[in-house]
Parts: sequence; structure tokens; C-alpha cells
Amino acid sequence: MMAIPLAGALAMLVPANRFLRTDVAVRMFGTAVSGATLLVAISAMTAFDFGATSRMQMRVDRAWAPAIGLRFHLGVDGISLPLVVLTALLTFLCFLYTLRHPPGGGRIRLLTALLLVLEIGMIGTFVALDLVLFFVFFETVLIPMYAVIMLWGGTGRRAAAHKFILYTLLGSGLLLAGMLLVGAHAGTLDMTELAARHGSGLSHGLQVTAFALMGLGFAVKAPMWPLHTWLPDAHTEAPTVGSVLLAGVLLKMGTYGLVRVALPLAPDGAQFWAPWLGLLAVIGIVYGALACLAQRDLKRMIAYSSVGHMGFVLLGIATLTPVGVNAALFGNIAHGLITSLLFFLAGSVKERWGTADMNALGGGMLGTSPRLASILTFASVASLGLPGLAGFWGEMLALLGAYRPHADLPRETFVTFMAVAALGAVLTAAYFLRMLSKLTHGPSDGTAPERAPAAAVSVQEYAAWVPLIALTLLVGLWPKTLLDVTTGPVRALFGGG
Amino acid sequence: MIWLASLVVLLPFLGAFAGMLLGPSLTRLLGGRSGTDTPPLRNGPALIACLPIAVSLVLAAIVAFVAWQDVDERTGSLTLIETGSVLIEVGLQVDWLSAFVGLMVCCVALAVHVYSVAYLKGDRRYSSYAAFVSLFTAAMLLVVYSGDLLVLYAGWEVMGICSYFLIGHHWEDRANSRAAVKAFLVTRLGDVGFLLGVLVLGVGAGTFEIDEILRNVDELSAATATAATLLLLAGVAGKSAQFPLHTWLPDAMAGPTPISALIHAATMVAAGVYVVARLHEVFVEAPTSLVVLGVVAVVSMVGSALAALAQDDLKRVLAYSTISQLAVMAAGLAVGADTAAIFHLLTHGAFKALLFLSAGCVIVVAGSNMLAHYGGLRRGMPITFWSMTVGLAALAGVPPLSGWFSKDSVIEAAQHAALHGGESAVASAAVTPPGSTPGLYALDVDPDGQVVNLPGGVAWLVYLGLLLTVALTAAYAMRAWLMTFFGEQRGSYEIREPSRLMSWTVAVLAVPAAILGFFGLGAAELRPHVGAASVSFLLVVVGAGAAFLVWNGDPAADPARVLGRARPVFARAFYVDELYALVIVRPIRALARYVVTFDRRQVDAAVVGSGRGATWLGGRIRFPQNGNVQNYLTGLLAGVVVIVAGVVIFL
Repeated sequence: MMAIPLAGALAMLVPANRFLRTDVAVRMFGTAVSGATLLVAISAMTAFDFGATSRMQMRVDRAWAPAIGLRFHLGVDGISLPLVVLTALLTFLCFLYTLRHPPGGGRIRLLTALLLVLEIGMIGTFVALDLVLFFVFFETVLIPMYAVIMLWGGTGRRAAAHKFILYTLLGSGLLLAGMLLVGAHAGTLDMTELAARHGSGLSHGLQVTAFALMGLGFAVKAPMWPLHTWLPDAHTEAPTVGSVLLAGVLLKMGTYGLVRVALPLAPDGAQFWAPWLGLLAVIGIVYGALACLAQRDLKRMIAYSSVGHMGFVLLGIATLTPVGVNAALFGNIAHGLITSLLFFLAGSVKERWGTADMNALGGGMLGTSPRLASILTFASVASLGLPGLAGFWGEMLALLGAYRPHADLPRETFVTFMAVAALGAVLTAAYFLRMLSKLTHGPSDGTAPERAPAAAVSVQEYAAWVPLIALTLLVGLWPKTLLDVTTGPVRALFGGG
Repeated sequence: MIWLASLVVLLPFLGAFAGMLLGPSLTRLLGGRSGTDTPPLRNGPALIACLPIAVSLVLAAIVAFVAWQDVDERTGSLTLIETGSVLIEVGLQVDWLSAFVGLMVCCVALAVHVYSVAYLKGDRRYSSYAAFVSLFTAAMLLVVYSGDLLVLYAGWEVMGICSYFLIGHHWEDRANSRAAVKAFLVTRLGDVGFLLGVLVLGVGAGTFEIDEILRNVDELSAATATAATLLLLAGVAGKSAQFPLHTWLPDAMAGPTPISALIHAATMVAAGVYVVARLHEVFVEAPTSLVVLGVVAVVSMVGSALAALAQDDLKRVLAYSTISQLAVMAAGLAVGADTAAIFHLLTHGAFKALLFLSAGCVIVVAGSNMLAHYGGLRRGMPITFWSMTVGLAALAGVPPLSGWFSKDSVIEAAQHAALHGGESAVASAAVTPPGSTPGLYALDVDPDGQVVNLPGGVAWLVYLGLLLTVALTAAYAMRAWLMTFFGEQRGSYEIREPSRLMSWTVAVLAVPAAILGFFGLGAAELRPHVGAASVSFLLVVVGAGAAFLVWNGDPAADPARVLGRARPVFARAFYVDELYALVIVRPIRALARYVVTFDRRQVDAAVVGSGRGATWLGGRIRFPQNGNVQNYLTGLLAGVVVIVAGVVIFL
């Protein structure tokens, strides 16, 4: 079932030079393919048995390279299903957005192809159940993203793209080493089997080393402070669709990896490193918020806000409790929805006024383009964690987890983390409100030349944003939708019933 | 009944969404034109806003009536949310406390809605304004009826963001925008404490359900109770604008006047006091928190009463009086008189809404907020004059208006606490026959007969603070009254009543502000006592009389002139704002700038530097393999020499 979109997208790559002569047709085609993928993802969701979320469903298990025991093993459970659907949705929305607002730089055909490969990699990462297969998909994502930044990025794209690829490749190297370490000692590469063992049969030292290696690899991706510096550059320079997918999905691969691979494979190692992970996460929260507070560029600010939000996700994981991991998964989805929306909006702002510099943009956006400004306000409010919208529950559950972490972890340390993280939430509110008050309030005194004065929000923009807004509201008002899906497998992860 | 309560909450909530999305279209459908003089019945957003609230009001009244008849509390739960730890229960709870406060919220919200239709006539953004007012009301009602602490917190925060939008309604002015941001951030700072308090309490008790927590309050360890209540107090101080988080409230006057009425009378600020009353049993378990609450209350009430004495702006006078009155309620809670505090909350809701709305009438007519521009207004606007007189008299505590009854019951409790070494039986009412008569008797049925232990010194402090506040309140109320309505007119504008929709709303609100106090006669500890009542009445006369004498000396000048050098200190509210700017805001800004530099110079430089290092290393390592045969031969020769030399030396 998951193979269909993969095969479909792959097949679309080949004839891309032969047919579909105009750019518009190519864009339509991309939209159609990603739409079909989304449909398959949704049908997968309907076929999913919500009564047994902790069981792997819709499995595909074929021999791949029998000589070294590799298997082509796919499947979804409650942890990966929301992320798969999110990925399919975001890719589709990106194509929809590109229909009307293609990034400057032409070569739409290539862009379409790259985005589809990207989608394969992302979905593949979330459904892979074999360590090497997971790694392959994990890596598949890098090159298209590199190319997207390199070819359609802003002025500083070359440096940003280089930094992105080198950084993440380094992380991947460590990740592979850690995975192989576990795989070689345990004698199998199958993730479900390894997870079921809960690390038995692996020595303590080995687990500590393996978790450190894998953790570093994922931490680069997440990104965790102080390994985050590729992120602001990449986000600032990437075109809108690139930023959206980067923030919406790529970052999640890091935290998903921690939950799916690192935690179950090396539980002792996780326990050893958890306080450090928590410490870095909390530093990330406060540091990201402070960095946002003094930022001038809108896209850069949103990028740093991701560092802060992913800090909450990492803090949740570091508590090693079901509620903490639930928080992480919830935070993943919420951040995917909200930050994607924010990047879409920042892209629209940049497209309209030619700059994302907040001082040049000036104020009064609520007067000149009220709809855009209202949606921006909504997204910011959601991002600062207002209860009733998606952002809140992830943060709240992470704090709850930190108040009572896993029994073997030092409680005082985590309670301190909780307090500091909570203050970070205040700073989060501070920088978002500062941004809103700078951009949307006040007289319109911007110095930027207005390309299209008060261009209304186009149909495609609405089409790309409304689903995100609706889902933010749905998940926020009724968190049960998501928590019911994830709680089962998360409990299973910790060996409980 | 739970269904009724949930409808009360849901109707304004849905009204908010409908108003936001469909309001202007409905206007067109009804044949009105948006932005111009639309008659109220053709004003789409106004209809969408007012009708649900009106229905909610009726339902809330039914709920309150049922709760009156039968004091058993009822809970209803919609669903349980699995979190992997403590469950969240989405549910509501109705008892006498929530029923009456809910009714008050609905009353004030409806008055504000109706009043706003006229006040914001022709405003382009009226539809979003009305929607946010509805959302605000819904959030407050959720706080009131919620049966679960986290659900309560959701409503609590949504109120914060709505206040941000509403205070910043006139965002064209940067000052308003700043006030809105300040209001949200200061309350948010408290809210974070509140959230942590909720989590501590929830994990400690094993549930977030308020009912369960109160039932098992004895099982909480003292440390947990103290930590949780202190953290909760941070949130309460933020929302109810108590020292040291009170600074947002006077600035929040930047919002349209009906919003001030809504925020100050019925919703946001009341929420803090309401939550303490709701969780009062937990607070009783933590005497330290009660001491903190008492001290904070005294500082807030005296400080803000002094500040109110020197304000030039009518709305700011009322704003500081709100802080002071909320502190009176907090003091009541600290000495264990929770019923009296809630009683004061209700009467304060009535007279403060009245005061703000009538102040709005004055402002519309005079076109200014400044007391110095008023004078002699009683002649042209009798309805406003009499309504405001009732309101100010109730605020000052002139018998037999509502404020007198409620303030007196708080003072009585404080006096009792002070005289009896800090012990105050929460319910002297524990002796009243529970539930024998339908009525407020049953309000304090408290099976545990809990006793609040407050150190005697703190109790005295609270008592004396209350008495001082009474005198000060009377003085500033008198000053505002005289400067607004008496003397000569200072300013060239026509004195007339504003539109009927506004003045009638005000007149209607004057009724509860006047007579609400008599309802308290039903309960033993709410009845006025001769001793305490005569002392406080004497103080009212002293305070008001002093203000009158000073004013009478020179009716054209501001009576605050006698404050002399202290006046600017009071007017700036003891420079707390400036202090915060110096101690908190600037360092954080500097830190933020430093982080950005640090990120670029250090963290990123390390990354880029290691990249450069790798390139440099690559260049060096390349040297031996650059394909130059001569080099290879030289290296080979050198190697041979070294080996030979080594062999010769060591062997």
C-alpha cells in the first residue's frame, strides 16, 4: 500500500523531459501526483485499524539483499501514521501553492522532480522498518533539498546549501555508525524486532556509545542546540516550498528517529544521555527565543523559533516517559502544521514586498492587507502556544513529563528544566508579539518598494493555508484525535501495556 | 443542567466564529450598509454577537436558579483524554459558586455588547471586535464552569489573547499596540506560573479534576500544596492585576471603554480571584501561600488607592480602583472569608461595569479622558450623572449600596481574624443549618469546618490595610465625582446625553449596583455588623469629607494638589514601570542581541571555522601527493636516510 505512491512518483521522474511542454502543465502534473499520494495516504489512514495503534500495520516485507540480511520492510503504526499523512499533505499543499506562485529561477520541471523525490524520501523514512532502509531514505532527502536550496535560493544560497549538506552528511555518518554498531551486535537490522527486545543482549557501554552516535546524527537534523546553525541559513535562503518542507517534515525526521530508532534500540544509553539531552533542549528553547527577539529578518526569526519549538519536543523525549514522548509526537505534528503555515506566509510577504526584513516592511499590514495580516496573527498565536490551538498541547505535555520524569532520572534537574522551559515559553510569546506589533500594527511606514500594492490573497494561497488553519484548530480543540493514536504505541515503546 | 451550562459556554463561542466569518455578509443580507449608520437591527455582527449572549444569559439564569434551589454540585464529563500520564477530563461542573459568577459574567457581557453597538458605531472593524468580545466571554464562562484544571487553563489563556486583541483594537497608534503586548506578556508571565501550579497540583493529586482534588485535599503533602498554591498565585496576580504583576492594567485603558468594563468588571480580572475561591480548600492547606496572598493584597490595595488619588485620567482612576478592589477580595480570601470575597466580586462586577460604561458616556460627550476637561456635567446628562453617582457611592462603600455590604463583610472577617489571633473560622456558617432553607445559607456549608490560620501580625496588617483603603477609596471617588460633574465646565463641547442605547444600558446597570447588597442579608456572615460597619462608615465620611473640603476651597483646581511632592510619585504609581523597564526589559533585550552576535561569532564561527580548517588541512595533506616525482624521490631519500641513521644510532 505504501509502495504505490513511491512507485508512482518514481515513474513520473523518467518521462519528465519528454512530455508536458509548458511549465504550467508540469506544475499541474506535480499537483496531481502529490494529490494522488495524499489520497493514498488518506486511504491508508481509513484502512488503519485504530483499535490496535501499537501494532505495525500494512506491512510490506520482502528480501532485498539477502546476502547481508537486508530486508525491504515497511509498515505504519500510531507513531508514524500522523507523520506520513502530514508529509503527504504538506507536499500537496506545496505543489498547490507553486501552481500560482512558482519560485524565481525557472526550471520548474526539475523542481517538480526534486520535490517528488523528496517526498519519497520523507515518507520512506517514516515507514521504513529496517535500519539500513531507514538510512537510505533518510539520505535520499538530502540531495534534493540541497539542490532546491542551491538552485532556487536567495542571494546567500551557495554557502547555505553547502553548510546544510556538510552538516547533515556528517550527522548521517555518525548515525550510520551507531546503527551498524547496534545491528552488528544484535545480529539483526529489523527495527520491530530490535524494539521488542528493549535493548536486551546489548552491553551498557555499547548502548551508551550507540545512543550517542545516533543521537548526534538525529540531533543535527532536529536541530538541537548547538548543532543548529545550518538551519537559519538554509531557511532564510531556501524558496518558500523548500522552507515549508524543511520545517514541516525534515526536522521531524530527527525527532522521529530518536523515538523510533534510538530510544527502543538503546534504552540504557538513552537513560545515560537523557539529562544531557534535556539540558541541551532547554538551552535550545531559551536560546532560540532570545535569538528571535533580536532578529530582523522574518524568515530567520521563524527559523530560530523552530529551534525553540524542537527544544520542547526534545525535552519531551528526554523525560523518557510516555507522556513526554506523546508530547514530542504531538509537538512534531503541531510544529509541522504551524511553522509550515508561517513559512508560507513569510514567503507571501517576501513575494509581495520583495523583502523579509521587518524594519523595511514597516507596520500597518492589518490596514494594507488585512487578510494576510490576520492569518499571520493566527499562525503566530498558534505558534506561541495558545490553548485551543495545536501548539499548546505539545508544550504542556512536555512540561508535565519533565515534572515527573522516568524514575531513574534525576528529578530535581528535570524540574529545573521545566521551570526554565516555561520561562522560554514567555519569551516565545514576547518575540511573536514583537513581530506582530512591528508588522501588523502601527501606521504603514514601510520603506520597501511595494511591488503589487496590497495584492489580495490568491485562491491558491487560500487553498494551501486553509487546510493548515483548519487542522491547527481541530487538533488544538480536540487533542484526543492525535493522542489516542499515539498513546498506544508509546506505551508499548516503554514496555508497558 | 450540565447541558445548559455547556450551551451557555458554547453559544458565545460559536457566535464568535460566526460573527468573524459571516457578520458583514449578514449586514448586507439584511439590507444595511457596513461602516455607516446601520440601524442596530440590521447590523449583522451586532445581531450575531448579542443574540447568543442573550440566550446564554437566560440559560445562566436558569442554571443559577436551579443551583439556588438545590445546592448539590453537579458535574458532567464529555470525554477523557489520554496523555500517557494524568488524564485530562473535558467536563463541566456547576455549583453555587460557578452558577452565580457565570450569571454575573453573562449580565455584564450582554450590557457591554449592547453598549458597544452604539459606542463603536461606524467602526470599520466592529465585526471582529464583537467576535472577540464573544470569544472573551466564552473563555471566561469556560473558566467559570470548567470541571478540570487544564480546561480551565485553556479558557484562562484564551482570555489573555482576546484581551490582547481588544486592547489593541485601535492598533494604528503604536502606544495602543504596546499596551496590548504588555498586557499579554505580563499576564503570560503569571500564567506560566499558573500552568506549572496546575501541573504540580494535578500530578500531586493524580487528577486534574477539580472535584477530585478538593475531595482528596488532605492527602496532598504540605510541600506540594504550598508549591502548587504559590505557583497558582503567580497566575492569579497576573490576571487579577495584583502587585507585582499589576502594571498591565492601567495601560490596558488604551482599549475602547466597553472593553475596559468587560475586562475589569466581569471577566479577566475576576478570573484570578475566582480561581482562588474555587481552590480555596487547597489554599487553606498552605498557610504560607495565604500569608503571601495577604501581604500582596495589602500592598496592592493601599498602593493602587494612593495611585488612584493622583491620576489625571478618569479611566486610569477607575483602573487603579479595580486593582485596589480586587486586592480587597484577595484579602478576604487570605483571611478565610471566601464567601464574602465572592460576594464582593459580584457586587464589584456590577458597579465597576456601571462605572466604566458611564465613564464611556462622559468620554464620548467630552471627547477626552482627562478629568481636567470635565466639570459641571451633571446639568446636561442627568442619567449618566445619577448612574455614576450610584456607582461611585457603591465603590466608596456608602450604605446601603451594594459595595457597602460586601466590603463590610470582608472587613468584618479581617477584624475577626485580627482580634482572634489570626484564627478565623471560614464558616462560622458551619453552624448554620445546611440546606434547610433554599437560599444563600447554604453557601458556606463546609463539612470540614476548616479553619484558616494566619499569623496575627499579618491579620492585623490586612485589617488596617483594609481600613486605610476604605478612607482612600472614598477620597478618590469623591474627587473624581466632584471634578467630573460639579463646578464650571472646562472645555467647549455640548453637554448632552449620548445615544439612548448607551445611557439606558447604564441606567439599567445602576439597579443591581444599588440593590445587589441586600441579597447578602440571607447569609449570616454577609450581614453587616454594627461595630465594623460604623468604623468603616466613619472612615468613608473622613475620606470623602477631606476630598470635599479641599475641592471646596477652589472648585476649579484639582484637589490632588494637596498631595504636594508626593503627587508625581503617586501618579506614576511609584515608578514600578520604570523599575521593570530597567531591571527586566532592558537586560533581556541586551541578552537577545548578545545571543544573536554570539550565534554568529561563536557557534557558527566554530562551524565555519572547522570547515575552513578542513580545507586548510586538505591543502596540507595534498602536498605529499601532488604528483611531483622530484618530491617523491626527495621524500624517499629522506626516509632512507632517517631509517639508516636510526639503525646506526640505536643498534
